[in-house]
Formats: sequence, structure tokens, C-alpha cells
Amino acid sequence: MGCGRTGSAMARRLDRDGHQVTVLDLDSSQFRRLPEGFGGRMAVGNGMDRDALDRAGAGEADAFIAVTQGDNRNFFASQLAREVFGVESVICRVKDPERGEIFGHLGLQTYSPTSAGADAMIAMLSPSGAA
Amino acid sequence: MYVIIAGGGKVGYYLARELLSGEHEMLVIEQRGARAAEINDLLEGAVLHGDACEASVLDGAGIARADLVAAVTGDDEDNLVVCEIARYRGVPRVLARVNNPSNALLFEKRGIETTVSATDAILSQIEQELPVTSMVPVMQLHQGLELVEVRLSETSPVVGRTPREVLLPPESLIALIVDSGGVPRVPGADTTLTVGDALVVVTHAESKQMLQEALIGGAHGFDT
Repeated sequence: MGCGRTGSAMARRLDRDGHQVTVLDLDSSQFRRLPEGFGGRMAVGNGMDRDALDRAGAGEADAFIAVTQGDNRNFFASQLAREVFGVESVICRVKDPERGEIFGHLGLQTYSPTSAGADAMIAMLSPSGAA
Repeated sequence: MYVIIAGGGKVGYYLARELLSGEHEMLVIEQRGARAAEINDLLEGAVLHGDACEASVLDGAGIARADLVAAVTGDDEDNLVVCEIARYRGVPRVLARVNNPSNALLFEKRGIETTVSATDAILSQIEQELPVTSMVPVMQLHQGLELVEVRLSETSPVVGRTPREVLLPPESLIALIVDSGGVPRVPGADTTLTVGDALVVVTHAESKQMLQEALIGGAHGFDT
């Protein structure tokens, strides 16, 4: 869910590795980020909408990854995928580290690019390159 | 009882007004600065400007000792997040307003109590269909009093007047004026009613016809 830079890059790699991939985005122009010959499916729709998730095949998915710009939208759609569609592996990107930590206790795998980026850059400051 | 209300829009504001008159301690958290300042005056300073989806804002609001958190913003995803964080912080009772009825299922799965207002749902569907000058019921209050919203058009007899110059039927009061830019104001002596203003009016069920004539126009205008 979300065909921005991160979403499109993941879709490309998962497709290349032989997985069956569907990319969901509200804006069909975002699909321009996908490479020529992309073998996955592109679905236009709102991932917070149950019907759109259904049409995108959430019922058969093994994994769901939410990477829109909105933390709360990602959380809402991830919980829908898990609770309503029974998707086993759900990953939710959360920019706010505080919120991410709490969401992690609520049944989701979360990733905070903010914390990860801060950690990585602080590590770069030390001469050895390790924190 | 300490009640935290997330969202200071129409629903949050009127809910807070109800609680203010009772014996509860209450705090409204509103993200939009102008709106927060506006209702803070009306709610005796019980408004915190901030994003209720941020755990640190909720912590600052004293969520640890809250008895009830009601998330009543216009966005269901925000309401879900507020309720989830509140419950994670140990709040015994959380309640969410569900704007899109199809989202009620997820709240139910997450074990969060919800309120879907049928009036809200229907009104949001038909709002665009209504003529520009019309009276939309917002909420039933007690003892026959109701809250209605009236949007002023060019043909309204009250355009160009101040609220004080408008003769309203008994038990009616212009509580709030929201201009066409969406900025809410408390009616004052120097307020001029303008085309496009939405007036939130308290009225009695039996006075609605007269109110409509006074504000929108009709055979028996009540304006002076």
C-alpha cells in the first residue's frame, strides 16, 4: 500500500525475486515509478477502504506492507489487513518513533525510518563507523 | 471522572459543553491552532492545542489518570490511533466516533466502543445536495432545544446586519458563526453577518419555522 519511492522499490525487488505482488495506490500516476516489465498488479484504491483491499486481493495475501506518508493511515490499513483479512505478516511504516513503539505492541511489525536514520547517521559520526 | 476528548470540531465541542456543565473534569485536545484558541475561550480554558495521536501529547494531558477517552475527530484513522494509544496507556474506557459506517467493523474487531451517528452519516451524504440556503439539524439538546446550522445566501434578510439587530424567535440564540473560509467566531457587537456564513443556532423545536423565516426569509420575516 503506497507506491512512493519505498513502496515502488520494494515492489520491484519482490517481483524480481519471484513473488506475486500487488501495488495499491490512490493515485495511478504513482505507478510510473515501477520499472518497465513489472510483473505485478497495479490497483488504484484507498487501502483504508475494505472493499478496495478486498479487490486488491488482501484475502489471499501472505503479507501486507503499508508505506504511505501517513502513520495513522498505515496503522489503520495494517489493522484492517490483519484483523479483517487475516493477513499473517503485516508490516507498518511509522515515522513517529513513539507511535511506532506502541503499535509494535498491538500485533504489528513496525519500522520507523526516523529512528533507523538517526541511528545510522550517529554511527557515521564515530571514526570507526560504528556507534 | 476525568474525560479527555480528542478533536474539537462540532462534535467534540458540543460534547465538551455538555460535560462542562456537569461535575466531570474535562479536556479537549485540538490540533488546529485557530480552532483550539477559539473554543478554549468558550470552554473555560479546558483546551489543549496539540495532536492527540502523539503519545507525548496524551501523556502531557495526563492520560494516565483519565477515566474515559473519546476520540471524535472527523478522521476514523486518527480516532483509531487515539483509542489504541489510550488503551495501551491503561485508560479503562475508550470510545470512538466512526465517520464512515463501513469502518465500524474494524473498531469492533479491536474491541473499541463506537458511536455511529445516523444523522451524521445521512447529513454528510446529502449535504452537497441541499440548496445553499437551508437549515440543517446538528444535534438534539434537552428540553426540546435543538442545534441547527443555517448557511446565509444573498437572499437572506439578515445579511449585512449584526446578530443583535436580528430578531429571533423565543429560546433561540446564534451560538457560533463559521465564515466561508471555515473560521469560527463568537457573535459579537461588531460582527456583520455575511453571505456564506454558517450560523450555528440553538433553537426550540417549535420555533424552527420562525427561525427559518427570520434567517432565510419567507412570508413572515422576523427580522426588524
